[in-house]
Amino acid sequence: MAFSKKKVRLMLDKPSFNLNGDYYSSRFSELGKGEGDTLILNLGPQHPSTHGVLRVIVELDGEYVRRAEPVLGYIHRMHEKMGEVKTYVQYLPNMGRVDYLHALAWNWAYVGAVEKLMGLEVPSRAEYIRVITCELNRISSHLLWWGAYVLDLGGFTPILYAFDDREILMDILQIPTGSRLTYCYYRFGGVSADLTETFLTQTRSFIERFKTRIPMYHDLVTGNMILRGRCEDIGALPVEMARRYGATGPVLRGSGVAYDVRRMEPYSVYDQFDFDIPVGKNGDAMDRYDVRMAELEQSVRIIEQAMSRIPDGPFINPDVPDRILPPKGEVYFAVEGARGKIGVYLISDGTARPYRLKLRAPGYSNLHVFAELAQGTILADAVSILGSLDLVIPEIDR
Amino acid sequence: MHPLVHLLVALIAILTFIALNGLILVYVERKVAGFIQRRPGPFEVGPHGLLQPLADALKLVGKQLVMPRDADRILFWAAPLLSFAPVAICLLPIPFGPHLLGLNVNLGLLLVLAFSGLNVLALCLAGWGSNNKYALLGAARAVAQSVAYEIPLLLSVLCVAFTCGSLNFVDITVSQTKHGLLSWNVFSQPLAFLIFFVSALAETNRAPFDLPEAESELTAGFHTEYSGMGFGLFFLAEYSYMIVVSAVASVLFLGGWSGPFFSGHWWMLGKIYALILIMMWFRWTYPRVRFDQLLNICWKWLIPLSLINLLGTALIINLVR
Repeated sequence: MAFSKKKVRLMLDKPSFNLNGDYYSSRFSELGKGEGDTLILNLGPQHPSTHGVLRVIVELDGEYVRRAEPVLGYIHRMHEKMGEVKTYVQYLPNMGRVDYLHALAWNWAYVGAVEKLMGLEVPSRAEYIRVITCELNRISSHLLWWGAYVLDLGGFTPILYAFDDREILMDILQIPTGSRLTYCYYRFGGVSADLTETFLTQTRSFIERFKTRIPMYHDLVTGNMILRGRCEDIGALPVEMARRYGATGPVLRGSGVAYDVRRMEPYSVYDQFDFDIPVGKNGDAMDRYDVRMAELEQSVRIIEQAMSRIPDGPFINPDVPDRILPPKGEVYFAVEGARGKIGVYLISDGTARPYRLKLRAPGYSNLHVFAELAQGTILADAVSILGSLDLVIPEIDR
Repeated sequence: MHPLVHLLVALIAILTFIALNGLILVYVERKVAGFIQRRPGPFEVGPHGLLQPLADALKLVGKQLVMPRDADRILFWAAPLLSFAPVAICLLPIPFGPHLLGLNVNLGLLLVLAFSGLNVLALCLAGWGSNNKYALLGAARAVAQSVAYEIPLLLSVLCVAFTCGSLNFVDITVSQTKHGLLSWNVFSQPLAFLIFFVSALAETNRAPFDLPEAESELTAGFHTEYSGMGFGLFFLAEYSYMIVVSAVASVLFLGGWSGPFFSGHWWMLGKIYALILIMMWFRWTYPRVRFDQLLNICWKWLIPLSLINLLGTALIINLVR
């Protein structure tokens, strides 16, 4: 259908949308607009610093943020509802798509919940395989955060160095899992494939290489004066506030609380490894940065120990029934993801499908700290705080 | 030759130089970025991606010019033109070789400073005329930044003008040829050179001072709403101002066309590109400073330091005389 120029002009002149904004922005402007000449700015859902489709409405007084409000739901895919309509096995691939950066931790949380409900034994080789792959995945997640955060602060180059390492990790994880990002590797009672010799040798050489890369990252980026100026004393999160919002993971540990599910509520074989829980002091963006960088080293330590001690045996429990039919009951299982505590709450009515599935996404709680932290900061600091929370929007919206 | 004909020829030559340089610098910037980020950079169009900037330019020229409905038509289109137009005049009085210059004028330095100051007006118009909040914030930043950094820039330039006793670029260059390399002003005025270079980075909105177009905060800052050649002109202007400040820095501090051997315009070009490469190196290495930090650097460090430097220079000149 062809439109004449005049007709196009007419169509453009009469907007079919509401110029005052949608429900969220009109509610935001009605809710106590600050005094003075302020500007309401809509960051996202398409904005370079929101990493995906987060939308933040901010009220600006010059460059200062008076109020900020995150608006969610732009990538809501009903994962929880899907859990109710799919069988236990059918739902497995969904878990790689909740948080695509640390997919294996979500794999683990769901598989672990079902195993706990059914009382399934996991062979100890499978537990070790899970630890190794999950920690490798954690490293790749932290690396991406690191690159993206420095990119938020205006440093273009580090993300390509991070991807250099991450590329190797994805190649390595591709060997047992068969995919590069949205893994679906863990099964009820074990994992889907054994680790091959190629995987083990490649992981060993990666770890040797990565040990030289971490000091380089610190040399190039952590010590930089401009970066420290952008992170230190920015977005200090008091412990009390972190508790109020239920923040977990590096965001909570940055504030000085050594809460790590791997240590506090040990699952799998994590109690057999020797590793530290890095914590910060003030809870500012720099502390969160330091905690994540230190966690890279701790993950390497765990992988090294697991690789040296990995036992022989089956990689999956041969007694797992073909039809997964858990008994009636409810169960909660939590693991430590790259962003914090990942929890799966499952109610089974004894049929082939869960009655209810609740996913606790750590990013959801961590994000809501932002509105309070950003108050009174400069716009650039708000972007720095948002980046330091390490948000993955598909995980938040689920 | 009639002076007007000479001027016209010079202007055309400068515009050609700018356009060619735009193409070259886009290529160089992307290759430098690729080198620093350990990737090949553009590689597909032509041998080693040499034709990439040409393809980019063609794409920009061929794009539809889109203007937001509520934008101010006149201001919106005046801004990119106003940003680009003064560049040609800025390059007129700069001597690339002993005889290779457009206009030998006694107040050359003043001419360059005056016309390069117009750029901030263009950014301001772009921000205001776009009727876009991001653009407006970017423009506000640009104005605050440029006004602040103009002061240390002027003060550091004044030091050189004092020592050379002239505002004429040719005289300034000739005064640096007396004792070879050592008479370059960068050795007698290292602090002024440093301040000039930092301020020039801020004036040209280059990283780490690229706040008016801070991508992670303001999407694209003042040129958010520009597409096609509207954006292309801003882009070209940015690269041209890099050439202008590098050329001025070379003439004022690095002896212009003079070198330890074979003095000539190749020395001038070499110095310009060396400075531009340093600017590119900064961009791909450092994160961006925050707005208040940027102004703090200026008001708390650069302006007092340049004032002290200026007073010291004046004192020494008086004592020597």
